[in-house]
Amino acid sequence: MLHIKCPHCGMRSQNEFSYGGDASVKRPELGKDISDQDWNNFVYNRKSLRGKHWELWQHLAGCRQWIKVERDTGSHEIFKTLKAEEEIS
Amino acid sequence: MTQSFRLKDIGLINRNKKLSFKFNGKKYYGYEGDSLASALIANGVHLIGRSFKYHRPRGFFGAGVDEPYAIVQLYRNGETEPNIKATEQELFDGLEATSVNCWPSVNFDIGAINNFLRIFLPAGFYYKTFMWPKSFWFKIYEPFIRKAAGLGTVSIKHDKERYEHKYEYCDLLIAGSGPSGLASAYAAAKNGARVILAEDKSRFGGTLLTSEVNIGNKSGKEWADGIISELKEMPNVTVKNRSQVFGYYDHNMLVMSERVSDHLPKTKDFHPKQRLWYIRAKEVLISSGSIERPIVFGNNDTPGVMLSSAAKEYMKVYGVLVGKNPLIFTNNDSGYETAIEFKKNGIDPLILDTRSNPKSEIINEAQDLDIKIKYSYVVVAAQGYKKVKSADIAKISDDKEQLGNIENVKCDCICVSGYWTPTIHLASQSGNKTKFNEEIDAFVPGKSKQNEKTLGAANGIYTLEETLKDSFKIGSEVSKKITNNENKVSFPNVVEKKSSIHDKFWCVPLPKGKNYKRFLDFQNDVAVSDIEIALREGYRSIEHVKRYTTLGMATDQGKTSNLNGLQLVSKIENKVVPAVGHTTFRPPYTPVSIGAIVGREVGKHSKPTRKSPMHSWHEKNNAVFVDAGVWLRPRYYKRGNEDLFEASKREAKNVRTNVGVCDVTTLGKIDIKGPDAAELLNRVYTNAWLKLPVGKARYGVMLREDGIVMDDGTTTRISENHYHMTTTTAQAANVLSHLEYYLQLVWPELNVNVVSSTEQWAGAAIAGPKSRNLLQKLFPNSDVSNEGLPFMGYMEGDLFGVKARIFRISFSGELAYEVNVESNNGNFMWEKIIEVGEQFEIQPYGTEALSTLRIEMGHVAGSELDGRTIPYDNSLEGLLSKKKDFIGKRSLIREAFTAEDRQKVVGVVPLDKKTSIPEGSHLVKDSKAPSPNPKLGYISASCWSVEYDNPFSLAILKDGKNMIGEKLFVMSPLKNKIIPVEIVSSHYVDPKGERVRS
Ligand SMILES: [Zn+2]
Repeated sequence: MLHIKCPHCGMRSQNEFSYGGDASVKRPELGKDISDQDWNNFVYNRKSLRGKHWELWQHLAGCRQWIKVERDTGSHEIFKTLKAEEEIS
Repeated sequence: MTQSFRLKDIGLINRNKKLSFKFNGKKYYGYEGDSLASALIANGVHLIGRSFKYHRPRGFFGAGVDEPYAIVQLYRNGETEPNIKATEQELFDGLEATSVNCWPSVNFDIGAINNFLRIFLPAGFYYKTFMWPKSFWFKIYEPFIRKAAGLGTVSIKHDKERYEHKYEYCDLLIAGSGPSGLASAYAAAKNGARVILAEDKSRFGGTLLTSEVNIGNKSGKEWADGIISELKEMPNVTVKNRSQVFGYYDHNMLVMSERVSDHLPKTKDFHPKQRLWYIRAKEVLISSGSIERPIVFGNNDTPGVMLSSAAKEYMKVYGVLVGKNPLIFTNNDSGYETAIEFKKNGIDPLILDTRSNPKSEIINEAQDLDIKIKYSYVVVAAQGYKKVKSADIAKISDDKEQLGNIENVKCDCICVSGYWTPTIHLASQSGNKTKFNEEIDAFVPGKSKQNEKTLGAANGIYTLEETLKDSFKIGSEVSKKITNNENKVSFPNVVEKKSSIHDKFWCVPLPKGKNYKRFLDFQNDVAVSDIEIALREGYRSIEHVKRYTTLGMATDQGKTSNLNGLQLVSKIENKVVPAVGHTTFRPPYTPVSIGAIVGREVGKHSKPTRKSPMHSWHEKNNAVFVDAGVWLRPRYYKRGNEDLFEASKREAKNVRTNVGVCDVTTLGKIDIKGPDAAELLNRVYTNAWLKLPVGKARYGVMLREDGIVMDDGTTTRISENHYHMTTTTAQAANVLSHLEYYLQLVWPELNVNVVSSTEQWAGAAIAGPKSRNLLQKLFPNSDVSNEGLPFMGYMEGDLFGVKARIFRISFSGELAYEVNVESNNGNFMWEKIIEVGEQFEIQPYGTEALSTLRIEMGHVAGSELDGRTIPYDNSLEGLLSKKKDFIGKRSLIREAFTAEDRQKVVGVVPLDKKTSIPEGSHLVKDSKAPSPNPKLGYISASCWSVEYDNPFSLAILKDGKNMIGEKLFVMSPLKNKIIPVEIVSSHYVDPKGERVRS
């Protein structure tokens, strides 16, 4: 079970969180034209890579904040966590 | 039978407490403190079971967790449990156990024919032989294999025992209470660290219980006892016996199983049988010790062949002799210690040492005791079938290739020592890449991966002095980093005998013309020849060899077999052992019961149960409940002998003719506040929200980004910047997360807050033509007329002194209202509604009537909004705004979503107007078409229409728009039904929606 540092609450066990996918995906702006390809990339296409990965988690059973977590998907090492509004560096 | 192998005046058992037990139906006696194994050996019982593949007789090989043979079926307090190691099971009064893997009995075993046919059962035999023809598998092969093999029988009864889970945090978790565990725990505890010290066995001390050493002025055992009692007194230390740390997971999370009650005849009241500990440790010290490894020779699986350390443990801990004429076969000094122990207890052993001229203090002591020793000697083969009767021995050349003349010596047991293998399972599980230590011929942990360190024998350190020094130091250093305290502990003086180096010899060559089976893996009957075959057939990776031959699999996970297997592969492949590598160590280290893993999350505890504030009223009024997600909801209120069908029909009919009341507390409710609340709703819902006036409700549908309907519900504007959203019961949590996702990550510029208010409000839906009359009586001071509170209107009211929210919304399709009060007033509201409603013939209705009402009205719900349908499929396309963008809109122009013949919700009526249509049935054009019959759609929801008194269903049907009036067939292969039906509009009752506006 992972141990995730919520930027708001501190170190908490994984079972307080829910996973939210790739944090680098940006939702296209509302009302803007977008190609089928770009839309498909946003909705469906994910890299699912092995290695360092910025991902979203929600501290569901805690502060309910969505956070960004930089995790190695192979080793589960967590390098950094950010608040929702903080940009991935 | 008397305990004829029991020694006097030695051992840690309590001779004042005699216990009786049964093995294979026969009664025996043992003492408190015995293991089942030691008690059986005390009674001279060495035939315990039959081996897995060849059904060869099996005895005892070890004395603990490494035991590969002595697996029994245990009976305790009316329950039975398979796969219990007799070496680990503590004896209790009334214990019963039977052999496994033998049919019809342990002494006469039909499967043993495999032993004589074993030329046909080499590695991969099952894969090769039982594959073809395929049709034979279920009928012939599998039943045969199941009958002839297997390890015990699981109980199919409900397990009455209780299992618990516990979460714990500590500074240091120390796994193993041998010398390294005790020393490091003591040093860390003295520095003030929060320490958990876990011991797998019932007794603390590990090898200190059996070794002849002195620490300070005490014996090893006395020192261990002293440390343990001191640790137990310290408030910052938790000491646990019968507790196996079996798994090392990510981020220093370890799991330990504590056998709380398995050693008792019966679990005490309110105690668990076992407890699973999830321990998050800042630092982990692995002090799991080492396991003696066997030397491979002919027939080395015969009962009576066992590890020399086990023989010593049976003597020193249990006061039991494994034999009265022992042969010790060793490549190092450990065998001498066992021999010396035999001698001290009046037994004359014979030592065969593979080494030609070893010199050490221990060997000197053996010589001084006049113990017979043969140097450069090996056991070629054990003789005897159900028990060792003699051994064929021979001199071996210095290069270990040539055997001299074979001699036969009488013996009743062969105690083997092939040196020691560090128990590196936990270290390896932590991600530590192990390395090969040439000196001890075994793998040891490498660089730490997580916050773990391995101490003592588990790290390949085999002298006590070094182990203690190292462990004190590490315990102190690691804890000091956490607590910033340092209390120096004086290091005790250690007296131990020095050993000489071991002989890197692990397998006795076959003598000319002999074809003895030489076993590597005793539990799975994997012999040297099996590995040779696997390699000859091209298997190279050690992981493949393992799976093909089953080496190191099964319940002992190769604790005694792995290294010898690797030695063999490396020898044949002409590689060094580290180049072959070892198979991955995976948790659990030793079997864990399913009950412990599941914990208390069984039956009704498997998920939380949520109840509405009116629950007790429902109970008192004969409600029959149904699980709705985690909620318990009344399904119907039983009157007299009514069944579900009759009751729900009555309740629904009463809504259509008079008035009914339904508990809708479970609906998800989200409180939305902020100047941008309308904008948020406008983006989340598919229809327009910016112009909804205060005091009005609106129905809305929300999509996922892929265009699939996520949820629906009404949202009401309570005041300028305050909205009350409702969701379906099932989706409440997901919708909240969904809103939080967009507010926090996608549109942080929106000034809105959302919070769940589901539990803050109790809700009652009041539905039926007389509902307004009832409402007027409930709220005499409010104008609830059609003008004062029109359809989709909202107002606040005073319910006999209680503040209430009144929404004019309808799910039933009737004139209807929903009244919400604060939860603590829920029951008051409900009772008032029932009391005042009596004059209007009010009846409560449950979820079944609720479904009937919505189905015949054609209102879609969870069974249509099932995560596979888009708005069009549910005839909700009228709610899609063309003017604005919203979540998921872009996906709706996908080709499949806009196809001319796209599926759509329709109504379905059986032609005979009688036959009920099973939910989940398929719709087909031709009921007699050959299989696979093209499926046009499926029945999503069925009811008995109370309006027309005939069955009615909703279906999602291909090209539903153009299918109204068509005759099709409903097919339910599950219920074996074919029903001719007509497709009608999904709005079966009141298609113009006049009632809700009346
Ligand atoms: Zn948090």
